This record gives sequence, structure tokens and C-alpha cells, in this order.
Amino acid sequence: MKNDEFIVVRLEEVHRESGDTTTLTIPYKLNSKPGQFVMLWLPGKGEKPISISGEKEGKFQVSVCAVGPFSEAVSKLKKGDKIGFRGPFGTHFKIPKDSTSLAMVGGGYGSAPLSYLAEEATAQGKKVYFIEGARTKARLLFTERMKQAGAEVLLCTDDGSEGPKCYSPDVLKTVLETHKIDKVFTCGPEIMMKKVAELSKEAKIRCEVSMERYMKCGIGICGQCCVDDIGLCLCTNGPIIPGDLALEIKEFGSYHRDSTGKKV
Amino acid sequence: MLSTELAGVKLKSPTVLASGILGVTGASLAAVAKAGAGAVTSKSISLQGRKGHPTPVIATYSQGMVNAVGLSNAGVDETLAEIEFAVKNAGAPVIASIFASTITEFGKVAGAVSQANPDIIEVNISCPNVEDEFGRPFACDPGIAAVVTKKVKKSTNIPIFVKLSPNVPNIAPIAKAVQNEGADGITAVNTVGPGMVINIEAAAPVLTNKVGGVSGPAIKPIAVKCVYEAYKATGLPIIGTGGVTTGRDAVEMIMAGASAAGIGTGVYYRGPEIFSKVSEEIQEFMDKEGYKSIDEMRGVAHEER
Repeated sequence: MKNDEFIVVRLEEVHRESGDTTTLTIPYKLNSKPGQFVMLWLPGKGEKPISISGEKEGKFQVSVCAVGPFSEAVSKLKKGDKIGFRGPFGTHFKIPKDSTSLAMVGGGYGSAPLSYLAEEATAQGKKVYFIEGARTKARLLFTERMKQAGAEVLLCTDDGSEGPKCYSPDVLKTVLETHKIDKVFTCGPEIMMKKVAELSKEAKIRCEVSMERYMKCGIGICGQCCVDDIGLCLCTNGPIIPGDLALEIKEFGSYHRDSTGKKV
Repeated sequence: MLSTELAGVKLKSPTVLASGILGVTGASLAAVAKAGAGAVTSKSISLQGRKGHPTPVIATYSQGMVNAVGLSNAGVDETLAEIEFAVKNAGAPVIASIFASTITEFGKVAGAVSQANPDIIEVNISCPNVEDEFGRPFACDPGIAAVVTKKVKKSTNIPIFVKLSPNVPNIAPIAKAVQNEGADGITAVNTVGPGMVINIEAAAPVLTNKVGGVSGPAIKPIAVKCVYEAYKATGLPIIGTGGVTTGRDAVEMIMAGASAAGIGTGVYYRGPEIFSKVSEEIQEFMDKEGYKSIDEMRGVAHEER
């Protein structure tokens, strides 16, 4: 019978990224795909959904930004410490077989699952334009990793400390105007993703967005992550959904529900 | 042939989404109804909002799951719009589940939630994962269960179903007690236990609350027995809930005396499509065995051979 019990193993590696982000390497063959997530568990500290930032050679990685008590506790973990997880859960990004050029637009921690996707895409011989925006240079994530993977990295910052002083959808707009792009992928703040989905729709290019909501179970039952008005359950029917579908979701880019179910 | 009735409320299929599953938002309830549920039940609503227990709140194991969500909800004022949305868009009866920590509050929540015009109000007096806060569930004492029923009945004109606990030596006197105070029906049963799952590598209970209500296939025989006893004692319409995953499980509940089968944990195993699948499976069984209606199957296991 189906069962998603926690698996608890010892961390193989803990790597500090830029900003407050930490990447954990977990020695377990998850058979994940880019865009999927795991429920990460630290006994006594709680459990959170975290997107997978890479998997190869029987190990997977998650990148966690210290924003609250749970992620701060995760950030303090050391090699050899125990960590629990269940998953992988949710839908994944799909690289079309017939595609040659792909654009990825990441903002903040959204770059984590996109770097996993970019590595898979370049390994398949696809041309990847990796557009990343952040508030400031020090907040840019995984740029070296993307360059190493062979992606063309296009950076921008809100303050102009790296790349042009603009938002990542502005860069996407230029890329779409000057290159033939077969599909667009995006993960990051919803206002950014909404803009990306709209630009892709206007340009008649396929698009996938990563949309998340407060999740408790991760397995499609608690109902906490169901969105208005279509009632789509994002932990099982998402987080990766077509851009056009995201644009049909009333709350996309405007509101969400907290742990009680209250709209905020 | 699959139609059934719960205290005058007509259902196209004898399958009901159980409370606590996919029931936080009106949009989600409507989506489950469109996926084939005969009726849908909201997550339990209280007077004030509640954060519930810290995660992990759900632990699966080989035969089911243990949960301690902790009755999180946004409070009745915030939730009214969700119930209204479901009533307007589900195309199937909507059951609003309510709970409270005092008799007076039960009356207030029932009155408030009635403004959204749900088809049925389910009175949850049996959640086993908040004992630290609320003490023993009201459903464990026939006297208290009766007083709550009386209070809710006075506070609304909508039919009420009282949700009972399996964690009692004998459910019959409690079922009888709520019937005597005017309950229009019974939902049997809430989760079993509470129980505990320990992860042995972590050497710790999985749930942050340590204990939680047990659901899923493991509890089905307990639920069937409770439905059987409650039906025998009252003859009231019953939503038979606990471990229903297939059409055959649902038939078992109906033969024990249920008018419809509640499905919760089953959604984990088979997705929201479980409602249409279970309906088809019930129909297949009825065709094979020559039953013409749900009513004809109801309670047949009580007949002496």
C-alpha cells in the first residue's frame, strides 16, 4: 500500500551559497525531476516543503534560505547531522523533445529548481538563456553553477550592482524579441512569474511556472494549498503548471492563504 | 440507482468527502464535488481562528495515516465566504463541519455558519488530537453529547449530523443520546486512537504533537462495527466513515446501516477521482448481486440468517 514515510539519513555535505542560502547534499537516490519538492523534516524543529535543487549519482540537493526558525535551524546543520525527508512530490518542468532554445527566469530562491532544470537541459544539448534577477549582486544565486553548465547567464539587479538595473521580465522581453525561444520556465516571486507568463502568452510561447502555497501534507489531502477559483491542489497538481493555467488562477500574483486558511 | 438521502437531502452518489480532507476552501470543495462526490464536507470550523499544531501534522504508515492537524481554521466569520462559494458552485450538497470547546460556543458557531446555508451541519464532538487542550472529546460521554446536540439543534433549522468517536466501549448509548435530542443523522466515525508513529532512525515521534488520530484501511473494521451499532440503536441516517477506499468498502458500510460512505484518507490512495471510481464500483457490485437501490442494500447485514 502507498506510503510516504520519512526517510532519515546523515548529511553528506553542507555548502554555504551566497546570501543566507545553504545547500545540503543528501545521499539518497530520490529519482526526482526538476521542479519537484521534498518535505524536509528536522525532529523538534518542524517540517517544510523545499524544492529540489539537483540530483545526480545517487545524491540529491536542497537549497534553503534562512528566513524563519525552521530554515535557520536547517542552515546550522553540519556534515554528518541527520535530516528527514519524504518525497519527491508534485509535478515537474518538462523539456520538450523538439525544442532547441529555452529561456529560464529565476528570482531569489526560485533559481534553485531552475538550475537543476538548466543542467538537465544543457546536458540534453539545449541552448539555455538563464535570466536571473535579485535585489542586489550579493543576492544572486547559482550564477557560477549555471555558467559551468553551459547556460548563457543574463543577470539584472534592482539596484544596478550587477547587470542592468531592471527586472528579470524586462530581460526576458528582450530575449524573446531577439531570439527564437521554444519554451519559457520561471520560478520566483509571483508578480515576476505573472509578468513572465503574460509575456510568453503574448509571444505565443509555451511557458511553465512554479506556483506554491502554504502546504501541510504534500500529498494532496489537507486542502491547504488549493487555489481560487478552480480548486486546483498545488502540492499534487503543481507546483509546476502551464503559464496559461496559472493566469486562470484568481489568486496568482495577488493573494494566498495562511496556515489557518485565512486570505492574506 | 446510486442516489441516496441524508435527512431529506438528496445525493446523486452515496459518497461523501469527509471533513478535514480538501475542505479548507470553497473552490476545493466545489472541485471535489465536480470530481464525483455525492456531498462534500468542509474542514471543521470554530468561532475563532486557530493555527492548529506545528508540522509535521500527518504521518503515513503501511496501513493508513495518523494526523494531528489540530483543527486549524480561519474562524467562522472568515470561513462563511468559503461555504457560500461551495454552496453556490458545488452542484452537490455541502456539509459544514463545526466544533467548539464549550456548549455555548457550539450554539454560536452553528448559528453563524447557518448564514451560509449549508445543506447539513456536521457537529464534530470527536476530534482525538486536541485532548491536551480540550480534554476528552464530548463524544465520549452520552450526557455531554446530548447537551451539545440540544444546543446546536436550538441554534439552527438546518439538519444536523453529529460526528461520533470510535474510541468508546459502546457507541450505541451515545448515538441514542444524540437522537433523543434531535440529531437528524450521525457521522460515524472520527479517527481512532490517538495513535503514534515513531521514526526509528530519528528515534522520535513523527508528529510534532506526538499523537494523532488514526485513519485509513486499518480502522475499517472498527468503523463498520460502530456504524452497525449506531444503526441498530437509532435507525438514523448515517454517513459511514473510516477506511473506505473501494466500492466494496462503501457497500460494507451501507450494509452495516450507512446511507452514504464518507471518504477521507482514501483520497491519498486514489486522488479526488476516488469518488467517481467508488461510485462505479458500487454500481458494478449492485449489478452483479441484483440490488436495485442503495436503500435496498442499507442495513441488510442486520437480517438474521
